[in-house]
Amino acid sequence: MSILIDENTRVIVQGFTGDKATFHAKEMMAYGTRVVGGVTPGKGGQQHLGRPVFDTVKDAVKATGAEASLAFVPPPYAGDALMEAADAGLRLVCIITDGIPAQDMMRVKRYLMRYPRESRTMVVGPNCAGIISAGRAMLGIMPGSIYVRGNVGIVSRSGTLGYEAAAQMKALGIGVTTSVGIGGDPINGSSFLDHLALFEKDADTKAVVMIGEIGGPQEAEASAWIKANMGKPVVGYVAGLTAPKGRRMGHAGAIISAEGDTAAEKTDIMRSFGLHVAPSAAELGSAVAKALAKVA
Amino acid sequence: MDVHEYQAKELLSGFGVPVPRGSVAYSPDQAAFVATELGGWHWAVKAQVHAGGRGKAGGVKLCRTYHEVSEAAKEMLGKRLVTHQTGPEGKVCQRVYVEVAEPFDRELYLGLVLDRKLQRIRVFASSEGGIEIEEVARNNPDSIRQIQVEPAVGLQPFQAREIAFGLGLNIKQVSRAVSTILGCYRAFRDLDATMVEINPLVVTKDNRLLALDAKMSFDDNALFRRPAVAEMRDPAQEDPREAQACQHGLNYVGLNGDIGCIINGAGLAMATMDMIKHAGGEPANFLDVGGGASPERVAEAFRLVLSDRNVKAILVNIFAGINRCDWVAQGVVQAAAGLKVPLIVRLAGTNAEEGNRIIGASGLPIVRAHDLADAARKAVAAARG
Repeated sequence: MSILIDENTRVIVQGFTGDKATFHAKEMMAYGTRVVGGVTPGKGGQQHLGRPVFDTVKDAVKATGAEASLAFVPPPYAGDALMEAADAGLRLVCIITDGIPAQDMMRVKRYLMRYPRESRTMVVGPNCAGIISAGRAMLGIMPGSIYVRGNVGIVSRSGTLGYEAAAQMKALGIGVTTSVGIGGDPINGSSFLDHLALFEKDADTKAVVMIGEIGGPQEAEASAWIKANMGKPVVGYVAGLTAPKGRRMGHAGAIISAEGDTAAEKTDIMRSFGLHVAPSAAELGSAVAKALAKVA
Repeated sequence: MDVHEYQAKELLSGFGVPVPRGSVAYSPDQAAFVATELGGWHWAVKAQVHAGGRGKAGGVKLCRTYHEVSEAAKEMLGKRLVTHQTGPEGKVCQRVYVEVAEPFDRELYLGLVLDRKLQRIRVFASSEGGIEIEEVARNNPDSIRQIQVEPAVGLQPFQAREIAFGLGLNIKQVSRAVSTILGCYRAFRDLDATMVEINPLVVTKDNRLLALDAKMSFDDNALFRRPAVAEMRDPAQEDPREAQACQHGLNYVGLNGDIGCIINGAGLAMATMDMIKHAGGEPANFLDVGGGASPERVAEAFRLVLSDRNVKAILVNIFAGINRCDWVAQGVVQAAAGLKVPLIVRLAGTNAEEGNRIIGASGLPIVRAHDLADAARKAVAAARG
């Protein structure tokens, strides 16, 4: 099993006919993802990569039964694309886009509350690498070859640091059920906690790696939730021990501006709630191996 | 993106926030002239730099004559102001703001922020103005009143009243406070701010409110749709390397160490810097080359890193997904020709073997590392010489 997506998940691509979307849709299809079509307003009725193009997400869902989408929509239109996807009833949208105004995401999150919790769209991202269920499906831009199927889940704010974790694990023969990138923005569609809850319920996932960074409350919230609700071991790591205060380190959300924002504080919090903290970024794989050994 | 006090006041007064009368000046003579134009008997001359703590650092002077205004401006202009927020290098003061100074009764604090935990705009106020809000939060947290804005309908007058009455204002003052608070909120929303701070917001004897100081920060991601704000950028207040990086689509933050870093992805970049520290070294910079590490981008990254003369070694750590390591390797080899400092390269991901082969075949003295720990160790050793 896996969380969020598998080989049966019917996926559409929002912004389908754009260059980047085309490139990644091809990769996703080659990986085995069930891409059933895409949306580009004005190009409805055309074919692209052998799949139908639709003018609206509603049209796409009606015609294909799509459940999830990968959104490659430029920042000025991204909030709108997310709301359209939610309104069309998709259960999952992954938004790769880097550069979405924070207040737009604030409004998107508010919009999602229009729908009852049970049927509310799960938004992953923005500013993320996407989701991959190893050996089954990819809803994102990651290099599929660094993942082998196994039983560890990954949830990370950083894309390439998530790849680093997967590669270190692979070198030790440890595989992944699903890796989720929640993205680097200050207001995201879903937090660590949202995916940890799914991993806890997933029969195949035996342990989880949580990769955080400076800025924001989500590592602390997740750590407290883990202590209270999770039986499976969680390996934690927080990037940015050397980050200076008040400077934005690449990601819009990677900035130390409030108490609890530093890597040192978050690492302490993780430890205090019983997470296995990786001693360094080079020891993510080995920390997972240790945690798994304890479970076995 | 930050703006100067005078710019924040200009923007906020456009939304009905009351500010004292004032004008910018670029020279001592102009400062004195501005004071005559403004009228009044007392003026505040304030250094315009992107930093707080100006008062304690001599960046705010109260003056009673045109001569004092001119002298105050002369003291500040063309110098670097060092406050507890700027770091030892300080920030250059290229203009001053001359403002009519009036007596006031009370000093309040008003702030707005996009709260990451609540995912809402939060408005908070305190009757302890003129002090840093962090101090108030530590010593007297109960004195801070706050409300959250519901994004679906925006800040409502009753919420602004709740804050205003909570500050112990009388009814005349309350109605002005409400329009001030609403004005700040609308500015926050309509300009895509991330922070608005009025400290102090003063109350005068005749029940007027005035924003004596104003700070605003804006969402970089929204500048594309806020041209009036984007125009206010002042590169002189930023590290020139960071401005240059921005222009080339690179993310750069200068630090104090001697190991230059070039990495793809912000999280991996931070983790690499942490590894360097773990291995006993100090990173010279944060640099995310982003998704498309073309030879031009890589070359620009090297130029940026090398413009820091403290750099004694460079560590390149690329985990290629869509980028292929062989392309990155070609870029690195091109950029590294003639390099005078040791270069350590770690490539992982798509086509890593081919990338390493290209680097080996280049004949350049590039040290290859096979993983994060190895890369950090080698970089630290190289910087030690």
